Amino acid sequence: MIELKGISKTFRVAKRNAGMTEAVKALFHREYTLIPALKEVSFKIDEGEMVGYIGPNGAGKSSTVKVMSGILTPDAGSCIIDGRTPWKERTEHVRNIGVVFGQRSQLWWDVPVIDSFELIRDIYRVNGPSYQATLKRLLEELDIGEIVRTPARQLSLGQRMRCEIAASLLHDPKILFLDEPTIGLDAVSKIAVRNFIKTLNKERGTTVILTTHDMSDIEALTERILLIGKGQILLDGSLTELKNRHSKLRRLTVDYAGGSLPAIPGVKLEGDLSGHATLSVDTGVLSVSEAISKLSSAVEVTDLAVESQRVEDVVVSLYKEFAI
Amino acid sequence: MRKYLSFFRIRFLSGLQYRAAAWAGVSTQFAWGGMSILMYRAFYRVNAEAFPMEFADLTTYIWLQQALLAMFMAWYFDNDIFDSISSGAIAYELCRPCDLYTMWFTKNVAVRLSRVVLRCFPILLVAVFLPRPYGVSLPESVAAGLLFPLSLILGFLVLVAFSMLIYISAFYTISSTGVRILATSAVEFLTGGVIPLPFFPGWLQPIMNALPFASMQNTPFLIYTGHVNGQEAMRAILLQAVWLVVLVGVGKIWIRHATRRVVLQGG
Amino acid sequence: MKLYFKYIGMIFRCRMQYKSSFFMTTLGQFLVSFTTFIGMYFMFDRFGAVDGFTMEEVMICFAVVLTAFSLAECFVRGFDVFPRLIRSGELDRILVRPRSVAFQVLSSNMEFSRVGRLLQAVVMLVYAIPRCGVDWTPDKILTLVLMMLGGVMLFSALFVLYAGISFFTIEGLEFMNIFTDGSREFGKYPLSVYGEGVLKFMTYVIPFALVQYYPFLYLVGRSDRVWYMLLPLAAGLFLIPCAIFFWVGLRKYQSTGS
Repeated sequence: MIELKGISKTFRVAKRNAGMTEAVKALFHREYTLIPALKEVSFKIDEGEMVGYIGPNGAGKSSTVKVMSGILTPDAGSCIIDGRTPWKERTEHVRNIGVVFGQRSQLWWDVPVIDSFELIRDIYRVNGPSYQATLKRLLEELDIGEIVRTPARQLSLGQRMRCEIAASLLHDPKILFLDEPTIGLDAVSKIAVRNFIKTLNKERGTTVILTTHDMSDIEALTERILLIGKGQILLDGSLTELKNRHSKLRRLTVDYAGGSLPAIPGVKLEGDLSGHATLSVDTGVLSVSEAISKLSSAVEVTDLAVESQRVEDVVVSLYKEFAI
Repeated sequence: MRKYLSFFRIRFLSGLQYRAAAWAGVSTQFAWGGMSILMYRAFYRVNAEAFPMEFADLTTYIWLQQALLAMFMAWYFDNDIFDSISSGAIAYELCRPCDLYTMWFTKNVAVRLSRVVLRCFPILLVAVFLPRPYGVSLPESVAAGLLFPLSLILGFLVLVAFSMLIYISAFYTISSTGVRILATSAVEFLTGGVIPLPFFPGWLQPIMNALPFASMQNTPFLIYTGHVNGQEAMRAILLQAVWLVVLVGVGKIWIRHATRRVVLQGG
Repeated sequence: MKLYFKYIGMIFRCRMQYKSSFFMTTLGQFLVSFTTFIGMYFMFDRFGAVDGFTMEEVMICFAVVLTAFSLAECFVRGFDVFPRLIRSGELDRILVRPRSVAFQVLSSNMEFSRVGRLLQAVVMLVYAIPRCGVDWTPDKILTLVLMMLGGVMLFSALFVLYAGISFFTIEGLEFMNIFTDGSREFGKYPLSVYGEGVLKFMTYVIPFALVQYYPFLYLVGRSDRVWYMLLPLAAGLFLIPCAIFFWVGLRKYQSTGS
């Protein structure tokens, strides 16, 4: 479906220095720096997959998305999406993709949302019946039937984002690029957006590529993640696999009564507050069940929860590991 | 005062950063001045007698006008001020221990000066080397050279004092756009920005000269070229001073009234 | 085409959300060109004529330029404010839609308040057409129409060029104002007024004289070369290099993303 091979891209940026003399100098002469934005980026995404694309700011996320949506031509490498090279066959290519830029609106500010939808329908030349069907489904699933007659400027951020997503899907694209779709949203809207994306991927088989800074998005939505840093793909793998491989620690939360917790090799006490303790278990030394049985033999365990490490922590440690 | 100086410095520095913009601005204004001069030349050739001033004086007038454009342009307004009035954020400004009028006045002066400093020298430098009568010539006399800076500063302050009235009027209107547009085109015309005031019909001249608008760019430029000299120049400068006092006075009284309204009505 | 009219309707409805601001801007557009006209009137009041042209004749010339400029500014506004499209990321949105870039840019913005300027042009035409001494035979009427049409194409071409340049430099763009605003401002007088050099430049570099000067000579009877009336169409060809330049700029944008 999507295949990138050795995509590279370098930008030239003018240097700007501080100070009066430097500013005067710059009037006559300017130096440039070459910034490699993408270095040999390669990956493959199958039809119907949902992929989280993560990395710190300036790592090359949006450059990659721009390449895949045909906005940016790379210096080298090949990118085949659904049999086409995006920047060579722009018009045909973009008919198959939907793009949501989380921080920019494609809705007309001053007219009811539904009017924007109708204009977009005409831009994409969607025919009447299939537009009606898609619209009906989107209004229902995104729960925006009530608000599409309101001008976009009067909507809350959450309402507007749901309308933005609908606007990007009116032509029923096979691939959806989501760039920070939950940025600035409240918890309820975030969940609504996530649920919708999940259903879209499951039921319609739409391929979804999601860039975000919000790790809970990744956790809730994607199985596979691509980590990019300094223009290179550092990691390509499933979320669970990543967590397992990366960290042998498990977090154990215990409520207990009677006596004090024993010292067990491989188990570290992270915090203990009047019968509510957090422990980390090194699965390299002993298994979680062994730890639990040792605990319950010493104290009366009233409640217990096992968590693997949170994605945030994994990603932070990944960033550290690759020094980006 | 220090904060205005540093504000000026930042504006100036950021202006310098955009080298292409600076060059483009200078060459645009240069071409603009050149075209104006060619246009007046055509009229001069039709009837030199009817020309109200020496042709060389007119070219000097035009180059000064272009070089000092940022000082006298009527269409520049600080949108932050309008926004703070219409949004009601002005109430916070009123809590600060500085005088609103003085603050706005100084800010406007700083922005205009920082723009003019960047652009006036290259334009004048090239214009000086143009052959007579197309270039900019030296002041008509020593007296003119001495009076010009004084008159220039006064004229500049009169314009800023007048634009203050436009800002203050925004307290009384729902949208300031209308007043702004009217004022901009009227000032631009009456101040001699479309055609210099001496080119207005004779019967209109006394009226025009009495209005505060003539005390803006018109007076200093005409003093420089010697079109207004001696006693007349002194009188013109005095008139500038009078207008400055009147406009600042009106502005200060008006702003007190306007801000009291804000406090009373809560915006 | 149907889609284009939808865009027009959409933009119009958005503008009408802010009626007072719209009417004020329109009024402002009128006032600015009105004071320019008064300035011109005072000049003729003092000098009688310029370069052998009477005021009524010059008014026709001014009206043509003003009409062409305001129509171009109204309908080709998208290219005129193109730097804004790049900065706001709107261009990226345009690129991910399956329609031609030029069409989308054209439909992205329209500035109806320019009818204020158009109004001033109409007033001048109404006044000057019966008084300028032209015998309004069909060929003269056609000349007038062609001048306006060619003017619209020429100004559109300049806006497209402007947009093309904005791919390379945003800061240096002010320079283009000499040609756009400058042509409007100084185009009020027949170009020969500014001397041989300007006339040559405006004939061979930017073909403004082909819509404003030569057909005008034919119109007022200063020249009897009938083919002068067709020159505005030739000026329309200027759109081609400008469009190519824009296209090159777009390619550059796609390869640098900036």
